[in-house]
Amino acid sequence: MQTLRAIYILWLRQLKRYLRSRARIIGSLGQPLLFLVALGFGFGPIYQKAGGGNYLVFLGPGIIAMGILFTAIFSGIEIIWDKQFGFLKETLVAPISRLTIMTGRTLGGATVALLQGVIVFIMALLIGFRPSAWMLTPWSLAVMLAIAVIFASFGTAIASVLDDLQGFQLIMNFVVMPTFFLSGALFPLTGLPKAIEIVSRLDPLSYGVDALRWTFEGVSYFGIGVDALVLVLLTVVLLGIGSYLFSRTEI
Amino acid sequence: MEKNSLEVTNLVKRFGDITAVNGISFSVPVGAVFAFLGPNGAGKTTTIKMLTTLLRPTSGSIRLNGYDPQTQQDKVRSSFGIVFQDPSLDDELTAYENMEFHGVLYAVPKEMRHQRIEELLRFTELWDRRNDLVKGFSGGMKRRLEIARGLLHHPAVLFLDEPTVGLDPQTRNHIWSYIKKLSATEHITVFFTTHYMEEADKVADLVAVVDCGTIVARGTPNQIKEQAHAASLEDAFIALTGRAIRDEEGSGTDAMRIRHRVIHR
Repeated sequence: MQTLRAIYILWLRQLKRYLRSRARIIGSLGQPLLFLVALGFGFGPIYQKAGGGNYLVFLGPGIIAMGILFTAIFSGIEIIWDKQFGFLKETLVAPISRLTIMTGRTLGGATVALLQGVIVFIMALLIGFRPSAWMLTPWSLAVMLAIAVIFASFGTAIASVLDDLQGFQLIMNFVVMPTFFLSGALFPLTGLPKAIEIVSRLDPLSYGVDALRWTFEGVSYFGIGVDALVLVLLTVVLLGIGSYLFSRTEI
Repeated sequence: MEKNSLEVTNLVKRFGDITAVNGISFSVPVGAVFAFLGPNGAGKTTTIKMLTTLLRPTSGSIRLNGYDPQTQQDKVRSSFGIVFQDPSLDDELTAYENMEFHGVLYAVPKEMRHQRIEELLRFTELWDRRNDLVKGFSGGMKRRLEIARGLLHHPAVLFLDEPTVGLDPQTRNHIWSYIKKLSATEHITVFFTTHYMEEADKVADLVAVVDCGTIVARGTPNQIKEQAHAASLEDAFIALTGRAIRDEEGSGTDAMRIRHRVIHR
């Protein structure tokens, strides 16, 4: 019971911080909006000519996944901020376990990322994105949550290993960006060169984007069964890795 | 009922080849105000981290309120409150929310929590500002809030790691008068570090001077002055620890914090 209360207050803190920083909300919506408009309308005609159909419908799930990815990883990496500004110590000397702290934070970060995903979805709808499989669309919330938890845990794991923000750029350019660009968020995975295809299959986000596409259009590349299995496994594994690395944090 | 709030025997902490704390022993009776003094890099903060479960000792034993920080972590954590050397508040939350957060983590029951938060915020004269975000607070207000927060769960021991650093004389006086009042009304054992020797002289019942990881003098402020044949505690401190200026190795986090501080002040 006490553990649940502690998780709740840690979750609430993340949520309050998010809702209070309007600049951050608006700032983090700029990028998905730009991608939707510039790529969606820019590549639309070529995609149509190549026989792919409406590019915006293809792109939508990819950009929703992107919004979640960035917000979730960033919320995990926020632990470095807490280390820097000392607030982490306040939680570390409290009579609760490291696993509780990690769980509360990750759920908080994941909730924030989920909200971000929903906002991007609404934004996409306003621009002209139309899901064809409305009956499946409620499932998109579950998929978004899975993506959010996976990458929030991943962010926590990174933040537990890094001491300061010097390595942040490195992580951004060599982990986060490739995860997004090679996930099939922007292009179909069919007919790719072998090397790219292998990398895409190893990219966790590929399965999130694919599952998301299934919830909007009813079709998927890997098959929804494979997507669901991979996402559930990744959620468990990354929560585990994140908790383990976080439990070893010493200040 | 324990006679001593803190009992430390032969405490050692090594980081690789460096011995930060080298066989420290001391005890602090219940209700005493104890000053832990020493030059930069003497091992004060490392010792506090071991006492407060943030670091594991290499060897030696600790009893805090009768509990062992290594095997009874949660009991130890419930037994102390701490004001860290660096600020540890959430700037994006209000004063009340910072208190509430702490109270929930420490499992203070709801009714008592609200009552206690009001009592402590009034005591530290922050009640009128309870719904303001902490980022708008001055250094002194933040310190007072941290002290109030550290006391919320009725700890047996309150740790204060340089609580008055960077504050003006008015605020420093204020804070020490709070602390003295507290130790009198709440029977709390206070363990503090400071570089202001006149503060230690005025406030502390007992003093230990550490240097290079070992205790070089221990006793009441007057005993220490007699021992060093000095007129003031500051002279005694310099006689005991020498005139050389110490180097302190900082971690990446420290460097970043300093940078942040420079930028924001």
